Amino acid sequence: MIFLYAFLFGGLVCLLAQLCMDIFKLLPAQLVVLFVVLGSVLEAFQLYDKIIAFAGAGALMPIASFGHSLTHAAVEGAMNTDYLGLFTGIFDLTSTGIAAAIFFSFLIALVCKPRG
Amino acid sequence: MEKSIFKKVLDRNTIKRPIFLNSIKAFLVGGTICLFAQGILWFFKDLLNIEKDKAISLMYIVIVGITSLLTGIGIFDKIGQFSGAGTIIPITGFANSMTSSALESKSEGIILGIMSNMFKLAGAVIVAGVLSAFIVGNVIYLFR
Amino acid sequence: MFARGKNSIEFNNVFLRSSATISGPRERKGPLGKYFDDSYENSYCGEESWEKAEIRLQKDAILCALKKLGLKIDDMKAIVGGDLNNQIVATNYASRDFNIPYLGVYSACSTCTEALIVGSLLVDGEFGENVLVVSSSHNSTSERQFRYPTEYGGQKPNSMTFTATGAGVAILSSVASPIKIRRATIGRIIDPELSDTQDMGRTMAPAAAMTLKQHLEDFEIDINEYDLILTGDLSKYGSEVFLQIMKEFNYNVTTNHNDAGKMLYDLENQEVFAGGSGSGCISLVSMGYIVDALKKGIYRKVLLIATGALMNPIMIAQGETIPAIAHAISLERSKQ
Repeated sequence: MIFLYAFLFGGLVCLLAQLCMDIFKLLPAQLVVLFVVLGSVLEAFQLYDKIIAFAGAGALMPIASFGHSLTHAAVEGAMNTDYLGLFTGIFDLTSTGIAAAIFFSFLIALVCKPRG
Repeated sequence: MEKSIFKKVLDRNTIKRPIFLNSIKAFLVGGTICLFAQGILWFFKDLLNIEKDKAISLMYIVIVGITSLLTGIGIFDKIGQFSGAGTIIPITGFANSMTSSALESKSEGIILGIMSNMFKLAGAVIVAGVLSAFIVGNVIYLFR
Repeated sequence: MFARGKNSIEFNNVFLRSSATISGPRERKGPLGKYFDDSYENSYCGEESWEKAEIRLQKDAILCALKKLGLKIDDMKAIVGGDLNNQIVATNYASRDFNIPYLGVYSACSTCTEALIVGSLLVDGEFGENVLVVSSSHNSTSERQFRYPTEYGGQKPNSMTFTATGAGVAILSSVASPIKIRRATIGRIIDPELSDTQDMGRTMAPAAAMTLKQHLEDFEIDINEYDLILTGDLSKYGSEVFLQIMKEFNYNVTTNHNDAGKMLYDLENQEVFAGGSGSGCISLVSMGYIVDALKKGIYRKVLLIATGALMNPIMIAQGETIPAIAHAISLERSKQ
């Protein structure tokens, strides 16, 4: 079932984003910033974890989950240590994604050539 | 005086985007990408019995790797043109923005080209995410 | 030369003595492909980078136009030209080895006609017998500079135009030749207060209309003076706006208008959204097809109105609108 919900929820988020892009004429950069902030704000209501539980990758894949992970890790860091934990913990959950993107981007840039 | 003529004609000739069709394409491709990612997650978590958080990390690595590869061989931009938000919103958008920036600047060398330009498009996401996490994090911290 | 009306010039003794066009692969596959002197199969044009490819296109076109006359670069009194790159580097570097006086000019996609006007002034002003004019654009250098990396997966809307890959050269001369350059109108900057960089065609249409109106008034001629009025990069949507604005000015431009952006590509079957754009677009169409048609007598008089958007991404990000300009120059069969 989670496969179906992953497809439906992920698709729905993309559909809403596409509507924002076409109706409000947003550029990709603006769109992505909007969704990251949205994911971050949802964490305030502790909603995002519940969404991940039922939609799986459908909630993990959209860039909103990036905002959620950053916020979640910052709060965890602050709770577990002290206020400084907001800064020390913030990239805990997202470091894998960023590191992987840097690694693969560099590798591909060395090996491939843009096709225009 | 002519400005009012221009405005009149331009307003009369606005370009309509195929909003409905674009939304369907975004839904289908975005949903499929998430479905595929769910499959990868299932493979690591349920088939190989890897612990949940590690499995999620592995899922991200695989998706980012595939996106970078597709960007490098020149297919991803064609998929992106078709699906719009369907590929921009999932982490594929983030990975593609980094790989395409790095790849494009290859002609300026490794340091001044690839390394200096990698975050040109992705920088906004990371900055916005961190700022937002800090502000919201502060609010949550104060309330608990 | 004489000044005519408010913004126009009439030349006495300027001819189009030779021309050449070198294009990229997509332009070769378009409806006018067979009119180009040569094309590359791949937009790298055998070079290491997009910028070097555009330089190569210009150099090839320059040497081709000279070869047709059996002349050398030293027979040219000056080079006038431009392109879309920052600091017009493609033209700078292509002209680097030629060791003759060089005037780089820029008006975005209107660079083609601006360069022809400046070149004609030099010839008619008797600076020299022959002046070489060049302009070009390259899809990838343009995407990279004004928009996104070429492999980026962002979605381009249907209003976008496709920057053409190609270079066009004209050798202007006081030596009598089958094609004469008689009239030109220097454009004024027209800003219709739009700021969508993905919708350039419509943004530039008012500038084209204003220049055409001024041209007709300055020379006291009517719309049917020309067999063809060829606008630069208005493409599908901009052309419609242009025709409607001309109608508001009481000029009925019906059968004798076309747009280089619509002619260069097959809009139905080639993935070019609303059509072609770039200083290379009208350059390829005019120096390739129009010159050929004039020589064959298909047209007697053609007016080229190239249009350009004078903005950059920084000004747009600062909330500015897009100012446009259109320079016009006529090509006609000389009476001989």
